Amino acid sequence: MLQITEGSHAVAEIAKFCRPQVVAAYPITPQTHIVEALADMVANCELDAEYITVESEFSALSACLGASAAGSRVYSATTSQGLALMFEVCFNVAGMRQPIVMSIVNRSLGAPLSIWNDQQDSISLRDSGWLQFYAEDNQEATDLHMIAYKVAEDHDVLLPAFVCFDGFILSHTYEPVDMPSQEEVDAYLPAFTPYHRLDAKDPISMGMYATPDYYMEFRYELERAMQRSIDVIKRAGAEFAEQFGRDYSALVESYRLDDAEIAFIAMGSICGTVKDAIDEMRDAGKKVGLAKIRTYRPFPTEELTRALAGVSTVAVLDKNISLGSGGAVGTEVKAMLAGSGITVLDYIIALGGRDVRKRDIAAIVDLADKGVGDMFYGLRTEVL
Amino acid sequence: MTSARDWLRTDRLPHIYCTGCGNGTVINCTLAAISGMGWERDETVFVSGIGCSSRAPGYIQTDSLHTTHGRALAFATGVKLAKPDLNVVVFTGDGDLAAIGGNHFIHACRRNVDMTVVCMNNQIYGMTGGQGSPTTPMGAQSTTTPYGSAEAAFDLAELAVAAGANYVARWTAYHVKELTKAIATGLQTPGLSFIEVMTQCPTNYGRRNKQRRVSDMIEHMRTHALLIEKKRRLESEGTPIPEGMFTVGELVRRARPAMGVRR
Ligand SMILES: Cc1ncc(C[n+]2csc(CCOP(=O)(O)OP(=O)(O)O)c2C)c(N)n1
Ligand SMILES: [Mg+2]
Repeated sequence: MLQITEGSHAVAEIAKFCRPQVVAAYPITPQTHIVEALADMVANCELDAEYITVESEFSALSACLGASAAGSRVYSATTSQGLALMFEVCFNVAGMRQPIVMSIVNRSLGAPLSIWNDQQDSISLRDSGWLQFYAEDNQEATDLHMIAYKVAEDHDVLLPAFVCFDGFILSHTYEPVDMPSQEEVDAYLPAFTPYHRLDAKDPISMGMYATPDYYMEFRYELERAMQRSIDVIKRAGAEFAEQFGRDYSALVESYRLDDAEIAFIAMGSICGTVKDAIDEMRDAGKKVGLAKIRTYRPFPTEELTRALAGVSTVAVLDKNISLGSGGAVGTEVKAMLAGSGITVLDYIIALGGRDVRKRDIAAIVDLADKGVGDMFYGLRTEVL
Repeated sequence: MTSARDWLRTDRLPHIYCTGCGNGTVINCTLAAISGMGWERDETVFVSGIGCSSRAPGYIQTDSLHTTHGRALAFATGVKLAKPDLNVVVFTGDGDLAAIGGNHFIHACRRNVDMTVVCMNNQIYGMTGGQGSPTTPMGAQSTTTPYGSAEAAFDLAELAVAAGANYVARWTAYHVKELTKAIATGLQTPGLSFIEVMTQCPTNYGRRNKQRRVSDMIEHMRTHALLIEKKRRLESEGTPIPEGMFTVGELVRRARPAMGVRR
């Protein structure tokens, strides 16, 4: 049913419909509205789950790992400092192959302290073995939770997943969202069937020592699962399209790329602004388009390469920076397109909540035209 | 001798605290105690974590470290052991100290690091919008416990005593004179001094817990604070102690071996 709702509430609602049996979370801006709503739902018996008011994010994800290992579907949400504190557990969750789904309400990392949006938090965990989905709007944020559970729990995958959506820009914004019913979600997402779980009658140990003779093989299996997930994501997206009419069967969404000379690459809510700017530039005769990365992990190398085949210049918008190297996405795109003849320019943008408008996107096209890139865009002049 | 006002960073005012918040009172009492010490501003460091309470150093005219949520005591331990000549004062909240930072709390008390820790216990995660904390009383409402908390609350002062702090006291934002004196004693005592201050959060606690007005909260603190000596007397007489009371006063003053004490 179409409803006008806050992003956080839409996500809480869909999390509920996904029927997690355990929710453990620690409050942190701008994630709080999600977990407060879930606490309410559990208290009001709308959601049959344990809500654990843990004492930190470290405990939150640890409790989730325990509950998942015991065979439950679990949910958590965090952001920024909270995710940073979960770093150790994130690797454990992936290594133990627990298909936990966690919403990341993207926010910058301190110091200096900032509660505003960029994507440094989830990007910094790109190597942890979690699938990473990025939503452009609240509809997509809602839908991706269903897809994330389906893919994560698939026995060919068994990897945890982040569903990332931009703090405040999406989480605190009211938008129309077509919210499925419980029955519709149940039809799409079957009950969780753990592949392995703690069971006193058939005891197993998780997370034990792997000596140098075996450790590497565990990492190899994780990487293989990541690669296998590509087909599973496409399949889950196609099934979603069939049932709900919104198509997520591609890991990369192409927007006006067909005859484009300059292509943007971006993730998350900024894509909405980029699309509007592209429409205006197209009206003025400028051939620009966008390749929106919806699935950042696994990195959609094949789809992206195909989508960019005809362009001469790629402008990557990175709401993060791998200090000492460049934007994380830009770096990967450069590696991916090495030798292709396509110029890849990287723009570090919108860190710590710096606003981006259509005119900024147009200004970046002007820079890209001149071959100027690999830079921070929109800095205050006093540091230049 | 300086006055409390000399320590305020007035150019940072107005502050972020809500109308009726007790944090200003606690800062005022702390600065009053400090100004009685004859300390110089440039030999005093304030350390805090994250939360409304942890904003306090931002309003004080000295060097300060505004660190990550829960870690103030770990950072402060580093400061004190690197430079024992500095006076180290920590501002923290119940969530900062007892939830996410609980481990650092007990270990700082165990090591008995020479510093003064002032905890503004408003029984709630104030800054993030009123979720239940480890000091939210059983039955109290919060945004994560809509029908009342089902968990037992920590007694922070007793915890500090058990963990080994040299000086431990508890007062409230109502008892400003006693609080100021307790903080002064804490500042003078070598080793870790822990002063827990029950303080009102009208926005995120009182409003949800039948204490709608600021004066309701202050009245509640006044009428529910029970002097430790009186409690001991009532207990020895076998008189039952009314429910909902909490003790105030000095819980311990001792001279266990301490760390980072200036020679
Ligand atoms: C690692 C981490 N998790 C969560 C937060 C969000 N957070 C900021 S302040 C706060 C609670 C503060 O509560 P308390 O320490 O009692 O301080 P108060 O605001 O009540 O004074 C939380 C959970 C954070 N900043 N960092
Ligand atoms: Mg508090």
